[in-house]
Amino acid sequence: MTKTILRLKDVSKSFSGVEVLHDVNFDLRPGEVHALLGENGAGKSTMVKVITGYHQPDHGEIYLDDEMVEFTDTRDSRQVGIAAIYQELSLFPDLDVAENIFIGRHPLKFGMQVDWRKLYDEAKQLLDSLGVQIDLKQKARQLSIAQQQIVEIARAFSINARILIMDEPTSSLTLNEVAELFNLVRNLRESGTAIIFISHRLEELFEIADRVTVLRDGYYIDTCNIKETSRDDLLRKMVGRTISEQYPKVEVLRGDVLLQVENITKDGLFRDVSFELHQGEILGLAGLVGAGRTHVAESLFGIRPVDSGKIMIEGQEVSITSPHQAIELGLAYVPEDRQQHGLIPAMQLTPNISLPKLGEFARYSWLLNKKERKFAYTAALQMEVRARSISQCARELSGGNQQKVVLAKWLSTNPRILILDEPTRGIDVGTKAAVHALMSNLAAQGMAILMISSELPEILGMSDRIIVLREGYITAHFLRVEATQENIIAAATQNVRIGN
Amino acid sequence: MDARASKGARPRLSFWDIFSRYREIGITVFILILVVVVTLRTPSFLTANNLRDILMNISILMIVALGQTMVILTKGIDLSVSSMIGLVAMMVAFVMKEHPETPVFAIVLLGMALGTVAGSFNSIIITFGKVPPIIATLGTLSVYRGLVFFYSGGTWINSYELPRGIKILSKGELLGLPNLIVIAFLIAVIVYLFLKYTRTGRNIFAVGSNVEAAEYAGIRPQRIVFLVYLLSGLLSGLGAVLWVSRFESAQTNTALGFELQTVTAAVIGGVSISGGVGTVPGVILGALLLGMIQNALTLVRISPFWQLAAQGLLIIIAVVIDRVISTRVVRTST
Repeated sequence: MTKTILRLKDVSKSFSGVEVLHDVNFDLRPGEVHALLGENGAGKSTMVKVITGYHQPDHGEIYLDDEMVEFTDTRDSRQVGIAAIYQELSLFPDLDVAENIFIGRHPLKFGMQVDWRKLYDEAKQLLDSLGVQIDLKQKARQLSIAQQQIVEIARAFSINARILIMDEPTSSLTLNEVAELFNLVRNLRESGTAIIFISHRLEELFEIADRVTVLRDGYYIDTCNIKETSRDDLLRKMVGRTISEQYPKVEVLRGDVLLQVENITKDGLFRDVSFELHQGEILGLAGLVGAGRTHVAESLFGIRPVDSGKIMIEGQEVSITSPHQAIELGLAYVPEDRQQHGLIPAMQLTPNISLPKLGEFARYSWLLNKKERKFAYTAALQMEVRARSISQCARELSGGNQQKVVLAKWLSTNPRILILDEPTRGIDVGTKAAVHALMSNLAAQGMAILMISSELPEILGMSDRIIVLREGYITAHFLRVEATQENIIAAATQNVRIGN
Repeated sequence: MDARASKGARPRLSFWDIFSRYREIGITVFILILVVVVTLRTPSFLTANNLRDILMNISILMIVALGQTMVILTKGIDLSVSSMIGLVAMMVAFVMKEHPETPVFAIVLLGMALGTVAGSFNSIIITFGKVPPIIATLGTLSVYRGLVFFYSGGTWINSYELPRGIKILSKGELLGLPNLIVIAFLIAVIVYLFLKYTRTGRNIFAVGSNVEAAEYAGIRPQRIVFLVYLLSGLLSGLGAVLWVSRFESAQTNTALGFELQTVTAAVIGGVSISGGVGTVPGVILGALLLGMIQNALTLVRISPFWQLAAQGLLIIIAVVIDRVISTRVVRTST
């Protein structure tokens, strides 16, 4: 039997009553690259955080070298040689490469004075042993993302890491940089390091991984040798569920084109995005986290105005440079982050709901408080917001009720075009159903809805048409009848760029 | 709202809820305790004359502190108020010396206009220059003070050089109250109504509480930020004219260090330095508490240096209470 260095046995973890990992099993061998695969929310990140001791499993065991271990925090796991490199790099931008490698563990002379010569010598040895060349005196902020990753890897090895976890290391690298990184990864594998590799790019896995473990909805699905599997096989394992929930989708006769965007581009975020949105239509915008879906929505709403491209409303070209303008043009945007962008948590429900349309409750800029309260009350009542009173602070409501308040607020502006960004994330099942029913209703009344969602069943269940975004490009366009979980996932993860 | 809840029983509020919602109650209690303690030691404290003195002393502070409050509500700070007062005071005093016939109301308007100009420089630096408010106003604090010297050539304007009208502005009486107190009260009412009942006032709170959500809701935060520094300048300009009127002079060091008193009054009054929270009555009480402590310490013959220390201590206590409350409230609401 092959030796295992790390083993997870029946590990489960829940957050506020929701189980996100169910009896997950996993084993890692020295000198292998083991890929971890799954959709958004499949449980990959949570699993990694359990391994690094950031989270503690509710039950289940972790074995290191066949010995059971319990990590109380990330420091414990680092001590036994587990290092993780996340998408967000954590270097100190104003310190140089060598110092970043040894941060917090500067070699000392006489027990107190930093031994700079030793620091640079050891840093050089370390980078040489990894077979990379970076100027040790360069400040971290001057490095490319790829170089920064290498410095992080070097830091991991300066504390004798035996297990290296890489979370989407290639997502912001160029092809050449990816090749370089893979060379480094292969070197590490040769020297016996065990590597857990998370990536959404299936093609890459075939290039670099030895084995792959698939998670889905928090369940362990399968582990297989990469040579004995295929892309289609992996896709099937990733999605492989049927739509269990019923969606109250009503067929609506599609009206005229309300919103038309042509080749809109925001440098570094998305490029040449074009689509049409009709009256009475729900257009689903699918893609992985970080594909640029939210950025497209924010650009349409004027938060980050587009660099180039055309936006037309009812055939008239418009330029939208601020949310203020967007609202006047009849747009409304229910943002992904309720707490930060949707609500003013410290304020009561009334001013929260009336905020975008405050002008309507003012005569010569003088607020008509009674009218405003009555309006907010009606809006909240229509959305069935559960609160003690309309004077309650928004912060005190549950997630689902907060979302209803945000919806009440935006619907009160009578928008023609409604953009919903993850409209049902983190809310309870009942509210979720209510939101879906509401969407259907609004579309039936002729509203045009653009819905961003990471939940494939929601996308498939609610959309009339679906566009898929991948790394800032539209990679596919499906009608409701054509779309399946498999072809959406394929479009969201494929490497090749397809025009729209 | 579901029907059950809207009819709803009165929600039960915990001690902390009440304390945090009605900060004014806490300060009032503190003021009452102070009055009792000081009066027991020095009976002359609680006399009409002394109370009138206290109110006269805090009137200008209150007016300028209300401008400061609007700034702090947007998470900013205006350190330049004292220098704006010094500069405007010197300028209007010179005008009055050269043209004693100018009507007093014109002088008041001139002072407010000059203050507005000075304040709008802060606005420009902060909104267009994207300079953090504390740095921008720290800069203008020095610049405006420098301009006072430049403008006056280092000389003072003394009482005998000022027309009689300006002196009456603050000391004359209306309904048995000195004009100064009446003016401060009027300004407080106006700011109260502005913050509570106008769209712009509401937007100030929204921007201070969550600038991103405010922007997403179509508010243009830069305009609000521009406005509050401008208003702070306007109220400082008014304060400057009243200062000349009350102290019958304009000096190069007029109002030196006053900016910290305005911040102290606002913070003691419950205006949160993290923005979005604060009330006009709270600030009035904050200024009153500050004035009373200074007065009481003088009455019991404690050195002015201790007064400064007491002011510092108060601001720290106020902020600590703020922090304790905010952590409590978050804890109980989740």
